[in-house]
Amino acid sequence: MSDESMRSVTMPLGLGGHEQVVREIPADEPPPLPPNRELAVIGKSTARHDAEAKVRGATRFTVDVALPGMLYGRILRSPHPHARVRAIDVSVATRHPQVRAVILALQPQDGTAIVRYAGAPIAAVAATAMLAAEEAVQLIQVDYEPLPFVVDLSEARSPGAPQVYDSASAPSGSPSGFPAPMGLPLEGNVRGPAIARRGDISQGFSQAETVIEQEYATQVQTHCCLEPHSIVADWRPDGLTVYMSTQYTAGVRHELADAFNLPLSRVRVLVEGMGGGFGSKSMLGNYGRLAVRLSQQAQSPVRIVLDRREEQTDAGNRPGTRQRIRLGARRDGSLTALSVQSYGTAGVALGAGIWNFAESLYACPNFESAQYDVFTNAGPGCAMRAPGAVPGAWAVEQAVDELAEHLAIDPLALRDRIDPSPVRREERRIGAQRIGWSGRHAPGADRGPVKRGIGVAQSLWASNVQINASCEVRVMRDGTVEVRSSVQDIGTGTGTVIAQVVAEVLGLPAAAIQLRLGDTDFPAGPPSYGSRATASITPPARTAAWRVLQSLYREAAPLLKAAPAELVAKDGKIAVRDDPARSIGFAEAAARLRTDFASAVASRADDYGGFRRRMGDAAIAQQDLGGVQFAAVAVDAETGIVRVERVVAVQDCGRPINPRQIESQVQGGVLMGMSFALFEERILDRRSGRMLNSDLEHYKIGGSCEAPQIDVVVLEDYRAMSATDAYGIAEPSNIATAPAIGNAVYNAIGVRVRSLPMTPAAILAALGRVPKAQNA
Amino acid sequence: MFTTAGTTLRSLPLVVAAQGIGAASADGFGADAERSAEGLIGITLEVNGSARKLEVEPRATLAEVLRGPLGLKGTKIACNRGACSACTVWLDGAPVCSCMMLAIDVGERRVTTIEGLAGHDGLHPVQASFIEHDAVQCGFCTPGMVMSCAALLRDRPSATEAEVRRAISGHVCRCGTYPHVIAATLALTKPPSKA
Repeated sequence: MSDESMRSVTMPLGLGGHEQVVREIPADEPPPLPPNRELAVIGKSTARHDAEAKVRGATRFTVDVALPGMLYGRILRSPHPHARVRAIDVSVATRHPQVRAVILALQPQDGTAIVRYAGAPIAAVAATAMLAAEEAVQLIQVDYEPLPFVVDLSEARSPGAPQVYDSASAPSGSPSGFPAPMGLPLEGNVRGPAIARRGDISQGFSQAETVIEQEYATQVQTHCCLEPHSIVADWRPDGLTVYMSTQYTAGVRHELADAFNLPLSRVRVLVEGMGGGFGSKSMLGNYGRLAVRLSQQAQSPVRIVLDRREEQTDAGNRPGTRQRIRLGARRDGSLTALSVQSYGTAGVALGAGIWNFAESLYACPNFESAQYDVFTNAGPGCAMRAPGAVPGAWAVEQAVDELAEHLAIDPLALRDRIDPSPVRREERRIGAQRIGWSGRHAPGADRGPVKRGIGVAQSLWASNVQINASCEVRVMRDGTVEVRSSVQDIGTGTGTVIAQVVAEVLGLPAAAIQLRLGDTDFPAGPPSYGSRATASITPPARTAAWRVLQSLYREAAPLLKAAPAELVAKDGKIAVRDDPARSIGFAEAAARLRTDFASAVASRADDYGGFRRRMGDAAIAQQDLGGVQFAAVAVDAETGIVRVERVVAVQDCGRPINPRQIESQVQGGVLMGMSFALFEERILDRRSGRMLNSDLEHYKIGGSCEAPQIDVVVLEDYRAMSATDAYGIAEPSNIATAPAIGNAVYNAIGVRVRSLPMTPAAILAALGRVPKAQNA
Repeated sequence: MFTTAGTTLRSLPLVVAAQGIGAASADGFGADAERSAEGLIGITLEVNGSARKLEVEPRATLAEVLRGPLGLKGTKIACNRGACSACTVWLDGAPVCSCMMLAIDVGERRVTTIEGLAGHDGLHPVQASFIEHDAVQCGFCTPGMVMSCAALLRDRPSATEAEVRRAISGHVCRCGTYPHVIAATLALTKPPSKA
């Protein structure tokens, strides 16, 4: 770029924004935002934009969409965990009077029609009523040749275990979109290793004065979105319209265009209310493809809504892991070597690794990780709220505590030594004070049956940014303002923060900004996964608002007898900066527009200081997101019941835009982490290969009676990287909870529980009161 | 397991007869279809203060009838077996899971749904408090949660925190709104009278 395309600006930096830095930014980016304390709308807890519709039950979710002539789709699923499908006879089903379409999910005649998990799709029908669709799928005759299967991670690793794939059939990438390294060797059911290295690991261990070596395990967790996976597909001669409960309208549009060979311009994806995704609604999915094919064949709109059993078995899950950690350190606590070997299973899919958590959290010159995917005959895993980092933290953050105890160093003091992040250092300080760390006793010190303990753990998550992220801001002649983007608000509050950012620029209240989101007919927005929506969409929202404001200034300037550059937008007025008495109302200025509305579209600029890494549409910012969480627990040594009494969560997400929404989301992350730590577990029957708790009754989730007191502290951590400097919080808030509880349980009972979930049986077994469960 | 033999709750009650079950045909479905068609039952439901006459299949649940022919989609179905309480409505003022009750069993009891909780323009105090405390994230469990909290406060104006927690203990909220739901509800409680 030429020099004129850039300009120098001074931006707030660091905790509280008390420092400053000079950045070169593109000339068409808005002027830098001061710290929150100097702003009117950003940094304030304005009400969630769609809260009123939601409390009234008026929000339209995908399950509420009903189109004229809409048919009901239903999927026939395999009862076998592993079988060759020799023949499928749909002739009777096709003759059902209410059936309008029948399609196959696999082709028996090609000899590779093998189902590899109970619940895998076989065929689908569309009928004029849901009941008829259910009747019709039961009329489909399937000739299965059952094959040997394995559903257990350890069994699948053993020699001679039934093989899920051979090298020809094994997936090379993940159908769920979860990143998995390509081209790794497959031996039996074990694929890998994916190796990451720095330094010299054996030299690191030879320098160590003490070594900790332990094995940790995490279970399979399911997403349990309240709104089931759902889609209404409307195939027409002139194009395809899809209503879908999705985390990424623009991504689904691309998938549909590719899968059905349609131009992007002829595919439209919409979502209004979205009832939870947590990673599992990132892609089109097999049910989505089936719905579109049914609509294509029936020439009518087709709705597919998964039932709860389908949700639990074929809508994704968080892979289970077994991790072996070796940690070498000097007596002062400084790390010399860290090695991790992980085996994870995402069932028939890839992506069961622990990502870079162990690699990135602490300063350790010598590192090595070897990550293996183990195939099992179980439903495909996919991304779930902080994939990789959640199981990774369970292992690393307990191992670090074990090291601290071994060296007789306080766990916080050890982290002060080995954690290079100044932000987390401050988070540890604040959290320790709040939880009363100084009153923490020695492990297992309580004499009575109820034993209390305090634990800490840390979080690290990449600051993800989507470059392919844009939005339009329109100012109408009547003074109304509208924002348009395909970005969806999945309950995280994306719409609210967009409205706040636009309102701040235009000098209006946030409630004055109308939001039209979740529609691919609008400028392409980012996905709502990877904690990237806020970081990706709020800068272009602010930029677009700022550009459209310049048009308004041009209209207002002659009236105010000032140059456009002398004007400011504040309190619903456009005024002369140095003579605020000279002003006109915002709507008055808008009324002077030459056309019905003035509009600007902006897209996400590169981070002002540059990215750490860029991969296509996605990028990773230089500085990570993080947080430190403290848990206080009470363990009943007679019943084995763990109660989390209190959690203190100290988090950072760049510039916080809406503190109360952030608090809501952090509470949600903590509760999901607590539920993961204590209750949740997918249970597969080894004899039948089927899930035994495929509902919301026997799949246990912590609820209102288990929710602890949660104190949320959010730091203002300015980075001077974008027009808003704001980042996400969904995933960082979910990573540290389980290990913080694990460390607190150890502090309470003096016995380490290294395998999740920490059920009463697991606690009693750890205490030696009951024998250890087999297969645990 | 999924669609083969065995009776699951899911395979029983579905979509009301407004959709009909098709005419008899030569394909061997006639007998079943007619049996279903004959089985329609005329009922009158009192919903949100007005009497609604309709014909339903005996196996249609209250939740399905509310969402289908009555068009009251604020009531959500999330698990369809009484394990998550998303479908909570009031029956004579008492919160129940509408997915666990057949429409024909409602009888003369008054049904109140989220749409009927407040007047046309106003908000019920619980709804206003949910907004103020940000007790809403994705919003799918919210209508049911509001119904339970509103019933509690009507019956127990001085409800304690433990009572609020118990009142919503059957509600699954995967976003984790519980702390703000509890705060929103407690904010409306009155100090106990000195009787």
